[in-house]
Amino acid sequence: MTVLPKFAVERWTRASAVSGGVAVAVVAALAVLPLIGGDNLVDKLTTLFVYVILAAMWNALAGYAGLVSVGQQAFFGVGAYFAIRCSVAGVPPYPALIAGALIATAVAVPLSYFMLLLRGGEFSIGMWVLAEAIHLLVNLDPLIQGETGTSMIALNAYAHETRLAANYWLALAGMVGLLGAIFVLLRSPFGASVQAIRDDEEAAASIGVSVQRAKRTMFVLAAFGCALAGVLWLATSVTFQPKTNFGVQWTAYMILMALVGGLGTFEGPILGAVLFFLVQDQFAETGVAYMAGLGTVAILFALFAPRGIWGEIEKRWNLRLLPVGYFLRPTGPPKPDRRSK
Amino acid sequence: MSLVNLIAQGVLLGGYYALIACGLSLMFGVMRIVNLAHGDLAVLAAFLVLTISTTFDVSPFLALVVTVLIMAAVGWALQRFILERSLRSGLLVPLLATFGLSIALENMLFEAFGADTRSLGDLIGDLVFDSVEVTSAFSLSYLAMLIFGLAVALLGALSLFLKRTSLGRAIRATAEDPDTAELVGINARAVYGVAAAISVATVAVAGAMLAMRATFDPYSGPMQLIFAFEAIVIGGIGSLWGTLVGGVVLGLAQSVGATLNPKWFLLAGHLTFFAVLAGRLARDWGRARGGLRAALGF
Amino acid sequence: MSLLSIERLDVRHGLLQAVREVSFAIDQGETVALVGANGAGKSTLLRAIAGAHAPASGRIVFDGADVTSLRAYKRVARGIALVPEGRRLFGEMTVEENLQVAERVGRRGYWTMQTVMQLFPMLQARRDALTGNLSGGERQAVAIGRALMTNPRLILLDEVSLGLAPVVIEGLYRSLPQLLQGGATLVLVEQELSRALSVATRVMCMLEGRIVLDTPAASATREAIVDAYFGLHRGAEAKGAA
Repeated sequence: MTVLPKFAVERWTRASAVSGGVAVAVVAALAVLPLIGGDNLVDKLTTLFVYVILAAMWNALAGYAGLVSVGQQAFFGVGAYFAIRCSVAGVPPYPALIAGALIATAVAVPLSYFMLLLRGGEFSIGMWVLAEAIHLLVNLDPLIQGETGTSMIALNAYAHETRLAANYWLALAGMVGLLGAIFVLLRSPFGASVQAIRDDEEAAASIGVSVQRAKRTMFVLAAFGCALAGVLWLATSVTFQPKTNFGVQWTAYMILMALVGGLGTFEGPILGAVLFFLVQDQFAETGVAYMAGLGTVAILFALFAPRGIWGEIEKRWNLRLLPVGYFLRPTGPPKPDRRSK
Repeated sequence: MSLVNLIAQGVLLGGYYALIACGLSLMFGVMRIVNLAHGDLAVLAAFLVLTISTTFDVSPFLALVVTVLIMAAVGWALQRFILERSLRSGLLVPLLATFGLSIALENMLFEAFGADTRSLGDLIGDLVFDSVEVTSAFSLSYLAMLIFGLAVALLGALSLFLKRTSLGRAIRATAEDPDTAELVGINARAVYGVAAAISVATVAVAGAMLAMRATFDPYSGPMQLIFAFEAIVIGGIGSLWGTLVGGVVLGLAQSVGATLNPKWFLLAGHLTFFAVLAGRLARDWGRARGGLRAALGF
Repeated sequence: MSLLSIERLDVRHGLLQAVREVSFAIDQGETVALVGANGAGKSTLLRAIAGAHAPASGRIVFDGADVTSLRAYKRVARGIALVPEGRRLFGEMTVEENLQVAERVGRRGYWTMQTVMQLFPMLQARRDALTGNLSGGERQAVAIGRALMTNPRLILLDEVSLGLAPVVIEGLYRSLPQLLQGGATLVLVEQELSRALSVATRVMCMLEGRIVLDTPAASATREAIVDAYFGLHRGAEAKGAA
């Protein structure tokens, strides 16, 4: 008979209580920043928030539900498209942007039933085909004029500073809301079942986890997040060009940020997005060589550090800032080991 | 006659898709790996053929022979240095690694060769234009027939090889159960290396044909991957001859789509892919619930 | 010199230690029955000898050479063959192909396609059938035949009678002595004691990862084996075996 040492199940460590407080303070500081900060900083941070959203969404798919999608640009692009369509139909710009993201999410719901019947690598390329098909369908709209694209002219009604601040707050709210949603989701019983799927789908199914339902939830959540990132991108750039907005590079960035930061950890994708933002800021001008470098980094991380930077940190120091799992803390001296059987 | 012509062009186009799909199908069948850099390897091969052919002033077909050997070595190295590490670590790692390879390869090709659109068309003389004219409205291009013939020959040779040779049997055994294969004396890693080499060697042939029948640039790869994948799924995963059927169906769908509206060329292919998928999933769904008969109350 | 010698072998499944500091030697020509309760570590021990499971520590010496770190396929080439638990046939290949696959290793000897077919005449008619469609007895015959095709010097049989009808098991055990025709040495894992004793020259009993009884079959009493099997008088037996 096995007698385990005594443990207490914990969710919050001391480090995580401190970091939770810091997170609240940081968000509060960020919220008032446009009132004091310069335009350039506000604009750049908006981009960073979009990156964080993208990284967190891809992590929600692959890191938690085990779904490796190479087609998230479908939602990134189609959200912006619907936003423009709403705007043309007379909806004021910002409500149109939010409506665009919501319509894209509504499209994702029926798609999730279909796409999630594909397995593994088939799902990956299937999503890519889906993105291509949606891209071509959007091109057929006379408003878009094929690859020529269009602009969300209504956004120009606002003063430059007003728009920057509005975009910033929308991005910040989106980022905090989505991260919060993932945090709450993963701490719920649902989160435990999702992680069970990632670890072993068949085993999870055998203990009564509804695999398809959990995957669908993550799929739709990620679709919403990517669509929101897509409309935010539209809000900052104003122009919509199908080749850019439906470009596979968005998914490439997502994969890279989540992978380097740490797949399957809550903090990893945030770290990955910040790193990517800094690197992008420094080297994006070098263009092609930079992209080749990013590809190589992805290979190296996939092969040699698949847990990413944060995963390695967690492993080494057992550090979790925003815990989504459970921890066992010994509360008493372990009883002498007596083997079972 | 134009309908016959349409069908003939679609079928011949399907030959190319079968050719590009062949290696993807083999690698997926044996190693259960979807190689996301598949299309980019085809483009790499196309650049190799172009470079060898122009540098040494030899026929692209001769250059292709050399390229096939080089690409076989590339395939072996791909297995040895990238796929082997990721094989045992589940689904995620090989997808991420080959996606990274895809991005790296595209941009390195861009660094090396620039953004210009290239073609091998002007190196193969009259083969590009020559065709058998059946009637004034119906002709068959020699090149398209050559590509179709190559696809049939390659798929035939591959399936004979897998069925009739000792190494082919070892590949099939390893595909089914690598651990047990080792227990009957098969070096599974070496078998994977051979399978990857063959897979990428066939990609080289497909890449050269892409470059002869059309144009290509460093970023043409992903579209080739998508075509290959669509052909495999339409034809039914795991069957080499199914791949040919899938390629032909895809080619036909695109040709028909393009006839209706030039903008629908690619879209028709994608939609056919989803329609076939939906049909198959509906059938499985029906089966899981006792089949159509049960559903109808028989 | 022993054909196989195991020295202080430890094998783990993650945190679970399945085989604990096991040492023994087997001579050419022996037929060893390895018995023990479920989970005693028998299968794991066989898999470690065949190279399907890497040991945590200890040495495996076969025919005078250390094979501990050799991969499974190389051990096959040296003459170790495992008939794995659950047969593990290549179900999408025919009977003939399953046997041919094992020919590749290139060990020539008594066993050929022809002699295997003579040993298991029922396979002759099923030559071109996919092994996925065979009966349990036929499947087990293919699994044993596939191992024989490598002309092994040491055959490890893991639970060959599991899931088979009694009459089929009967036939299988009648054919076991013929396996030795090529001069092979046999280790068989068997749940059923009397069957094991009917063919073995030596009996080893495992309990919780250790060998607690090792005795010539002729001098083994049923009581002693049953005691070892269930771990009665454990202290004394374990000391004797270590």
